Amino acid sequence: MSLTVDENKALIEEVLKAYPEKTAKKRAKHLGTFEDGKPDCGVKSNIKSLPGVMTIRGCAYAGSKGVVWGPIKDMIHISHGPVGCGQYSWASRRNYYIGETGIDTFGTMQFTSDFQEKDIVFGGDKKLEKIIDEIEVLFPLNKGITVQSECPIGLIGDDIEAVSKKKAKEYVGKTIVPVRCEGFRGVSQSLGHHIANDAVRDWVFDKVDPNKNAFESTPYDVAIIGDYNIGGDAWSSRILLEEMGLRVIAQWSGDGTIAELENTPKAKLNVLHCYRSMNYISRHMEEKYGIPWVEYNFFGPTMIEKSLREIASHFDDTIKANTEKVIAKYRSMVDAVIAKYKSRLEGKKVMLFVGGLRPRHVIGAYEDLGMEVVGTGYEFGHNDDYQRTTHYVKDGTLIYDDVTGYEFEKFVEKVQPDLVGSGIKEKYVFQKMGVPFRQMHSWDYSGPYHGYDGFAIFARDMDMAINSPVWGLTKAPWKKAA
Amino acid sequence: MPQNVEKVLDHENLFREPEYKAMFDNKRSQFEFRVPAEELAKQIEYAKTWEYREKNFAREALTVNPAKACQPLGAVFAAVGFEKTLPFVHGSQGCVAYYRSHFSRHFKEPTSCVSSSMTEDAAVFGGLNNMIDGLANTYNLYKPEMIAVSTTCMAEVIGDDLDAFIKTSKQKGSIPAEFDVPFAHTPAFVGSHITGYDNALQGIIKYFWDGKAGQGTALTRIPNESINFIGGFDGFVCGNLPEIRRMLDLMGVEHTILCDPSDVWNTPTDGEFRMYDGGTTKAQVEAAINAKATISFQGYSTEKTMKLIKEHGHDTTSFHHPMGVTGTDAFLMKVSELTGKPIPAELEKERGRLVDAIADSQAHLHGKRFALYGDPDLMLGMTAFLLELGAEPVHVLSTNGDNEWAGKVQALLDASPFGKNCKAYPKADLWHMRSLLFTEKVDFLIGNTYGKYLERDCGTPLIRLGFPIFDRHHYHRFPIWGYQGGLRVLTMLLDEYFEALDANTNGIGTTDYSYDIIR
Repeated sequence: MSLTVDENKALIEEVLKAYPEKTAKKRAKHLGTFEDGKPDCGVKSNIKSLPGVMTIRGCAYAGSKGVVWGPIKDMIHISHGPVGCGQYSWASRRNYYIGETGIDTFGTMQFTSDFQEKDIVFGGDKKLEKIIDEIEVLFPLNKGITVQSECPIGLIGDDIEAVSKKKAKEYVGKTIVPVRCEGFRGVSQSLGHHIANDAVRDWVFDKVDPNKNAFESTPYDVAIIGDYNIGGDAWSSRILLEEMGLRVIAQWSGDGTIAELENTPKAKLNVLHCYRSMNYISRHMEEKYGIPWVEYNFFGPTMIEKSLREIASHFDDTIKANTEKVIAKYRSMVDAVIAKYKSRLEGKKVMLFVGGLRPRHVIGAYEDLGMEVVGTGYEFGHNDDYQRTTHYVKDGTLIYDDVTGYEFEKFVEKVQPDLVGSGIKEKYVFQKMGVPFRQMHSWDYSGPYHGYDGFAIFARDMDMAINSPVWGLTKAPWKKAA
Repeated sequence: MPQNVEKVLDHENLFREPEYKAMFDNKRSQFEFRVPAEELAKQIEYAKTWEYREKNFAREALTVNPAKACQPLGAVFAAVGFEKTLPFVHGSQGCVAYYRSHFSRHFKEPTSCVSSSMTEDAAVFGGLNNMIDGLANTYNLYKPEMIAVSTTCMAEVIGDDLDAFIKTSKQKGSIPAEFDVPFAHTPAFVGSHITGYDNALQGIIKYFWDGKAGQGTALTRIPNESINFIGGFDGFVCGNLPEIRRMLDLMGVEHTILCDPSDVWNTPTDGEFRMYDGGTTKAQVEAAINAKATISFQGYSTEKTMKLIKEHGHDTTSFHHPMGVTGTDAFLMKVSELTGKPIPAELEKERGRLVDAIADSQAHLHGKRFALYGDPDLMLGMTAFLLELGAEPVHVLSTNGDNEWAGKVQALLDASPFGKNCKAYPKADLWHMRSLLFTEKVDFLIGNTYGKYLERDCGTPLIRLGFPIFDRHHYHRFPIWGYQGGLRVLTMLLDEYFEALDANTNGIGTTDYSYDIIR
């Protein structure tokens, strides 16, 4: 059931009682209810997580290596520091790509400087130099290297910028990018995205040879920004843009290459999916190269149609006409998907807690299937995310920013949604409680969910989660009777 | 149009549709500026050569695809093995998100753990306030009976002092003075996850035995007839520890398992989320000081812990992940020797059944060449089991095994005719293994999930044994220890062998002759 504004308030108050007073006061600012007509969701965001509360958030390294840089497939990304960070983030984000892994692409590999005590004591710059040399020997077809800083780097005073410059000179033309994404920086993954964006600006755009990778521009060149190709999302998006008659010259960063990054300033329009993680570089390209950018949403047919038309509005009538053809082409498939699944999902309530764009972007896809999102929140959103969320959520939606394990469990217990969409750390908690669950970071190893092709998979997945026979088995029959 | 509502195409099929294939070709040829095909083909072949292998093994600084994780992961493993205990990792919060995800991906279970969420200001001023607030929040919110503290590398680099911080927190009223907060410093830049397991477990035992970090009195040992058992860091813990318990119960041995996460990582789906379930109780830890002996199943995972226990007067024995017939024999005989209890007929019958199974199947494994990698204890146990089966452990590799470990493996190999021309590779990674697999081919590879990239690159079938296993379900629920565990591992080896044989003989009109119905 969805709760009223007053019921939400009472629920939040009740949940906050478990905290020490000081903590309750701080957490209260992150919990609220969206009320129609308000400019935002009434919660504070992008503030330090409180110690000991079991935040779901990650770190700046996760935002840079795990999200922004990691998927650039023909570069080698060194997890610089102790072994763990690279190990835990090794190939776990499902950024699909095609290439000869270990030869000319490196996406599902773990390169680490595996810091030892002596590296902490004496510094790791010499080791980093040697690592770059060894990479050039063993992986000579790499198109560049990034140095993804782990916590110790910034604490021990290493100069990875100097090493990068020195080595870039030595290996003429090699792009080597130092990234200061130490995990203790900022309050979440979010600062890592920003730092990673800035590193593209400073170490790729500002250093690229303009004659490198030349190609002829067309009036229809666009770049996909902020799609990490999880389960193939960028591909099921790209296909629609190409069918519209646009030419996608770059993917940022799922299945992306350094050449695509370098050529993006030649785009006529940047189309931005994950605003949170790549608005920075989009704004930069607008300021420096005059490239406009437009946000879009490829979850569910309603939003896809809207977005396709919005993108087309930046181009001529041919593109606009093509766009209508694309929408018409897919309509019968989409109608069939909705016809098949809506009756099974109509009226089902969903609670979300995800990162990036998803706490708002996926709402339309659920609504296309007759479902209702009754609670949502961002792991690392900022106020501008919550402002954008107002266009998606309904009056009375429970909002929880940087939710803690405790709060999320209590909210779900009380609201009793038919489905929870969140991450791997949350999945089994709710399934134990008998609540159907889908991972909405990794698509629970399914996907793509973007585009029309993805919507069919999304609908099928939500149906299989909610309507699985397993949920009828959770209570032993002899207990049911009692 | 590729997608189809009647039979929704998943990613593995969707992207093979012609529309997508054309799109990929177009992207590649126009925008990716990839390496020319000829150059690519050359490097693909070169990376398979002995020359490349030599360059690869000449590496001194770079690690590629290691088979180890960092200390605090092991510390979290150790902490969740105690009743109503919440692991608390002092340092950056992203680490904890990683540990929780890592364990949940392996066990398909929740893993509760909190962080002190240190950021820039804590890097400058130290994380004391994070500890004070963090302990209070954890205590009030999650109602643990114990909080086990470990550290990330950030807290270690800035030199935070856990003992002092915890005491100050108590003075400031963050948690009651008598509340148990054992701790261990677990720097990620020393050792690996097994070191962290060791440090954290040692920290917990020391805390309870040696006077609760100066806030209680040290326990006096009054030896009794019971024994303690420590499993070490183990991805199969949910199957293994119940199997150990069953065997010891069959022998009538009074025992305590120190660190038992086999319940909390194996909770039912019945409508209730159990943040805590099972685990060694504090009373059991305290009583364990009186045991006459302590057995560790994985010596490399418990070096400091066993040293501490030995110092308290215990008869200590450290095994290296004993498996199969001989391994299990040695374990049970040691238990029998320590306790004076005979090995019961039932276990002897189980032993006979495992021997029976090996006799039935050994012909299929005899002389087969294996490469294996993983934690040092597992490698020793598995090497011994393979030798026992008449198989050849040609490449035995460990990222967190050192030269001393390699010597132990070599001694095992040298003692068996099946170990001839086999070699141990300490401090090596899976990129080294790739060179080994190309230059000195084997029939099968044994390793964790990451071995699937080697399976793909080198065409060597992978048998999943170790940690983590993300891409197969429920393996961790079954034991690989004891005679029963030996049966399970034997079956896994045979399954892969038969699958590979069938796959190699299923050509209609070409290899009809070997595609046998009876094997």
